[in-house]
Amino acid sequence: MRLINRKPGRSGNLMLASLPFVLLIAAYLVASHLRLEANPGDKLLPAPQSFVAAMQQMALEADARTGQRLLWQDTWASLRRLLLGLGISSVIGLGFGVAIGTIPYLRASLAPFVTVISMVPPLAILPVLFIVLGLGELSKVVLIVIGVAPFLMRDLALHVESLPAEQIVKAQTLGASTWQIVLRIVLPQSLPRLLDALRLSLGPAWLFLIAAEAIAATDGLGYRIFLVRRYLAMDIILPYVVWITLLAFLLDLLLRLGARRLFPWSRAR
Amino acid sequence: MSELVIDNVWQSYDEQVVLEGLHLRVCGPEFCAIVGASGCGKSTFLRLLLGQEQPSRGRILLDGEPLPREPGPDRGVVFQQYSVFPHLTVLENAMFGLELQRRRWDVRIGGRLWGRARGEVREQAEQALAQVGLSGARDKYPALLSGGMRQRLSLAQSIVTRPKILLLDEPFGALDPGVRSDMHELVLRLWEEHRMCVFLVTHDIAEGFKLGTRLLVFDRLRRDPQAPQAFGATITYDLPLRRLTAEGAAAQRRDRSVAAAG
Ligand SMILES: Nc1ncnc2c1ncn2[C@@H]1O[C@H](COP(=O)(O)OP(=O)(O)OP(=O)(O)O)[C@@H](O)[C@H]1O
Ligand SMILES: [Mg+2]
Repeated sequence: MRLINRKPGRSGNLMLASLPFVLLIAAYLVASHLRLEANPGDKLLPAPQSFVAAMQQMALEADARTGQRLLWQDTWASLRRLLLGLGISSVIGLGFGVAIGTIPYLRASLAPFVTVISMVPPLAILPVLFIVLGLGELSKVVLIVIGVAPFLMRDLALHVESLPAEQIVKAQTLGASTWQIVLRIVLPQSLPRLLDALRLSLGPAWLFLIAAEAIAATDGLGYRIFLVRRYLAMDIILPYVVWITLLAFLLDLLLRLGARRLFPWSRAR
Repeated sequence: MSELVIDNVWQSYDEQVVLEGLHLRVCGPEFCAIVGASGCGKSTFLRLLLGQEQPSRGRILLDGEPLPREPGPDRGVVFQQYSVFPHLTVLENAMFGLELQRRRWDVRIGGRLWGRARGEVREQAEQALAQVGLSGARDKYPALLSGGMRQRLSLAQSIVTRPKILLLDEPFGALDPGVRSDMHELVLRLWEEHRMCVFLVTHDIAEGFKLGTRLLVFDRLRRDPQAPQAFGATITYDLPLRRLTAEGAAAQRRDRSVAAAG
C-alpha cells in the first residue's frame, strides 16, 4: 500500500501525537542530568525537582514584598491585557472589515489606508506609545490592538467580499436594505471567520504583550521572565514559558470549540 | 396585471457586444422559457431584469415605469447555486422576506421581527414550506439539505413575498432527472397558484417546452469570424406554446397585430 493511503488508528494517533513531546522531554532530562553530573551548581538546565520547588514558591506562597502569589498575579495581569487587546481588536476588525467589504465607497477610501497601516511594524512604534500614552496598561493594550486589528480588518474584508454575490442579490430581492443585509447576512456569516482569524492572531498578540511587558511593567508573565533572567533563574523561566504556551493553547482550543458550538451551520460547509 | 416592456436593449462589456436589439413585451402571468447556446447572454439578460446591471442602450419598463437601478422586492430570483442563506435554518430562510416586508421599527433597526407579528410570519412561512414539501426539514441548516431541497427552499423563499416577476437561472441544472421532474411539477403548481410572470433560463429545451407558455430563443443573427465579439445575441424566436393562459394569448395577439400594422 502507498504511504499516503496508510492511516494510523485511534490509539496509534494518540501515540504518534505524544511521541515528539516525549522525545523532547526525554532529551531535556538526559541533557540536564549530564550537565548537573559534571557541575552540580549548573543553572542552565535545572533538574525537574527545581522546577517543582520554584513553581511551588511562585504559585502557592505569598511574595514577601507584595504579599501576592506571583504566578497568579502575573497570569491575571497578562491575560487581562491580552483579552482586552483582542476584544477591542475584534470589535474594530469586525466593524471595519464588514464596512470595507460591503460598501464600495468605504472600500475605496479605507482599503488602501488599512493596507498601508498594517505594514507598520507595531514594535517599531512601541516607544511612541510609551511616550504618548505613558507606561501604564493603556500602551500595552494599544500595542496589541495596533498589531492585531489591521490583520483582522483585512481578513474580514476579504471574507465579506468573497461571500457569493448571489446571496446579496437574493437578499435585495427579498427587500433587505443595506443595513439589514449587513445585520442579517454579512455580520452573522463573518463571526466564524472572526474566531478563526483570532486564533491565528493569538501568536502575534502574545508576542506584542510580552515585548511590552518586558520593557515596562510591574507585573505580568513577560515582565517576570525578563526580571528573573538577571539571576539566570531557568527554574522559573522555563515553567513560565510552558505555562504561557499552555494558556495560548487553551485559548486556541476555546475559540475552536466556541466556533463549533456557536455556529453549527458553518461546520458542514 | 403587471406588464414588462423591453425596448431595444443592448448590453456590451468593453469591446464585446453580448446582447443586441432586444425587444419584448410580456404581459400578465406568462411563463417565458429562455434557451440559447452557452455564453450567449441569458444570464446577462436576467441580470438586466434584476437591475443588477444597467443596459448600455435601450430601456426596460415595468408597468410603465423604468426599472429601478438595483434589485428589489418586485423581482424575485432563484440562482443555480448559493441561493439560500447558509447561516439560517430552513424556516428562518423562508421567513426572511416576510419579516422584512413588515416595515416596523424593530425590523428596520434590528433586522428582525419580534412579538406577535413574528408568529404570523412564522405561520405563513410554514405554509410555504409545506407547499414545497420541506416541513420535515424546518430546523435544518441548508448545508444538510440535498441540492433539490435547497432549490425548493429558494423557490419558497422568493414566492412568499409575491414578486411581480420571478427570475430562474438554470435552477434545476444541477439536479438529477427524477428530482428535476418533481421540481417541474412544483414550479408549475406554484405558478398556477401565484400567477406571476416567470423567466426561466434552461439548457434543456424539453424543459422549456414542458414548462413555458412562451419560448424565447437567444442566438446571434450576425457573425463575423474575424471579430467574434462584434455582434451580440438577440431573441431570434418567440414561440407561443400550447399552455398559454387566456390573458396572455389576447395580449400576444394584440402585440402581433400592432407589429404587423407597424
Ligand atoms: N461583467 C462582465 N464583464 C465582461 N464580460 C461579461 C460580463 N458578464 C458576462 N460577460 C460575457 O457575456 C457573455 C454572456 O455571458 P452570460 O453569463 O450571460 O451567458 P449565458 O448565456 O448565461 O451562458 P451559460 O448558458 O453558460 O450560463 C459571456 O461571453 C461572458 O464572457
Ligand atoms: Mg448563465
